[in-house]
Amino acid sequence: MSLDVSGWKIRDVREALDSRQASAREICLATLARIAQQNPRNNSFLTVMEERALAQAEAIDRKASAGEELPPLAGVPVAVKDVILIEGVRNTCASRILGNFIAPYSATAVERLEAAGAVLVGKTNCDEFAMGSSNENSAYGPVRNPHDLERVPGGSSGGSAAAIAAGMGVVSLGSDTGGSVRQPASFCGVVGLMPTYGRVSRYGLVAYASSLDHIGPFGRCVQDVAAVLQVIAGRDPLDSTSAAAPVPDYVAGLASPVKGFKIGVPKEYFGEGLSPEVRGRLEEGLRVLGGLGCEIVEISLPHTEYAIACYYIIATAEASSNLARYDGVRYGYRAPEAASLSEMYRNTRGQGFGAEIKRRIMLGTYVLSAGYYEAYYLKAQKVRTLVAGDFSKAFEKVDAIATPVAPTPAFRIGEKTANPLEMYLSDIYTITGSLAGIPGISVPCGWVSAPGNGQSAAERSRLPVGMQLLTRHFEEARLLRLAHHFEMVSGAA
Amino acid sequence: MKITEKDVGYVAALANLELEEEEIARLVTDLDSILAYVDKLNELDTAAVLPMAQVLFDGPEGLAFREDRNRAGFAQELALSNAPESGAGQFKVAKVIER
Repeated sequence: MSLDVSGWKIRDVREALDSRQASAREICLATLARIAQQNPRNNSFLTVMEERALAQAEAIDRKASAGEELPPLAGVPVAVKDVILIEGVRNTCASRILGNFIAPYSATAVERLEAAGAVLVGKTNCDEFAMGSSNENSAYGPVRNPHDLERVPGGSSGGSAAAIAAGMGVVSLGSDTGGSVRQPASFCGVVGLMPTYGRVSRYGLVAYASSLDHIGPFGRCVQDVAAVLQVIAGRDPLDSTSAAAPVPDYVAGLASPVKGFKIGVPKEYFGEGLSPEVRGRLEEGLRVLGGLGCEIVEISLPHTEYAIACYYIIATAEASSNLARYDGVRYGYRAPEAASLSEMYRNTRGQGFGAEIKRRIMLGTYVLSAGYYEAYYLKAQKVRTLVAGDFSKAFEKVDAIATPVAPTPAFRIGEKTANPLEMYLSDIYTITGSLAGIPGISVPCGWVSAPGNGQSAAERSRLPVGMQLLTRHFEEARLLRLAHHFEMVSGAA
Repeated sequence: MKITEKDVGYVAALANLELEEEEIARLVTDLDSILAYVDKLNELDTAAVLPMAQVLFDGPEGLAFREDRNRAGFAQELALSNAPESGAGQFKVAKVIER
């Protein structure tokens, strides 16, 4: 019987290696077999790194045979979003414009994972340049939600979330700019963390909106997410925005009690737009937190309703600037047969970018253009101060905040593509924390029933729902601890 | 309508984007509805609010600066390895200077 590692956590990998029940090579082969079997169904991977992964796994096995001490993530199969560079491996950003781009260096987060013994199995599908909430903006086809293949996995890190949900890796890396780790984690029923802005180096993460971009891990449990953060967090001289704050032992801190924590529930997050099924699961989740000895108090984050408008000005302005580099000169796609350099630029970008990228570049260019800069961009930066200020005030009174991750469970493929604004509005609960730069986690909080993908109306899908927890800047230890205790008693995982 | 086809054409030129007819029509509608939505920011009086350009956190003085010394950069071959067209150690593009 062949080895099944599809439900494994980091601990299972370690136990198998330590007890010699399975080698890193066998674990890697089992993961690659699972990818070969599942990926045609859900399209989570754009590149599978078979040879490279096996070489890394064999290196771990040699260490084990030699009796050397194994590093913390030894033999752990990891999937990496295709906006995070791995040296020598194709990096498309799910875009046509980078379809043939081979990364000339690795991201710091990737180097740290490799140094910790991780086995990198592949690059995951996502929304083009991480812009989207459903993974439908990929130039290589949408990722399908493993819980219902007619539904989206969330976005933009849909492939990284679906890979974990479908057993094609033990942990994965995504990136979160407005919710792109937390929302797909919720839709796919896995744990997803957006660390504090600056906690994890972005060197080698393809830039979308630099004042908002984060790298964050996915896993099947909070402990695995904590273990990955442990490895990738910390100052990096190659990213001047990375923080020097010390990195505590996140995993060791998980077991400490959470009794007496004061948890704020923002009333603005439970109003109009929140689906009754999601509200129901959240209310049960809050009771679970109460049962852990946490005190639940209502709070107000009064500028919440302005966050989406604020975000889509700032993020698109930064995107229009960051994506100016794709001009067909130094790398990526170049439009053929242009008569002049400027025609080559325009055609390359016109042919290379997808519809959502063009929409955001256009919006960002507009809000930065002469005569509109103050009315839109500067205004949005001021409103960002107000949104962030809401959190600072709330955290004077509470230790953590609990909210929904998204207003609904995973929606159907195609359901929201006709109306970009409607798609943007679904990011409301995650965008606020992104603007403030605080850490947030999505942890499974139960299941809801929804119309299934079959012909019969009676056929229902079971879809996961996540709860978002937020804490102060650099309080990942508290955040992970709270999420870990919640996961232990909620039994939702 | 706040946004016209002319606006879209002007912004597309700034952004170096060649757009098809249908794309222009779609962008007029999309940008118009998004800009109408973001107008809600004007409900807020921000005269006394400072803009937030970046998430700030405490750090030692000079954290963002590295030591000022030579270090290896990209080798030429590697830097050119993704170029759509290169030659003689350079990126090649269409002629930019006319006689």
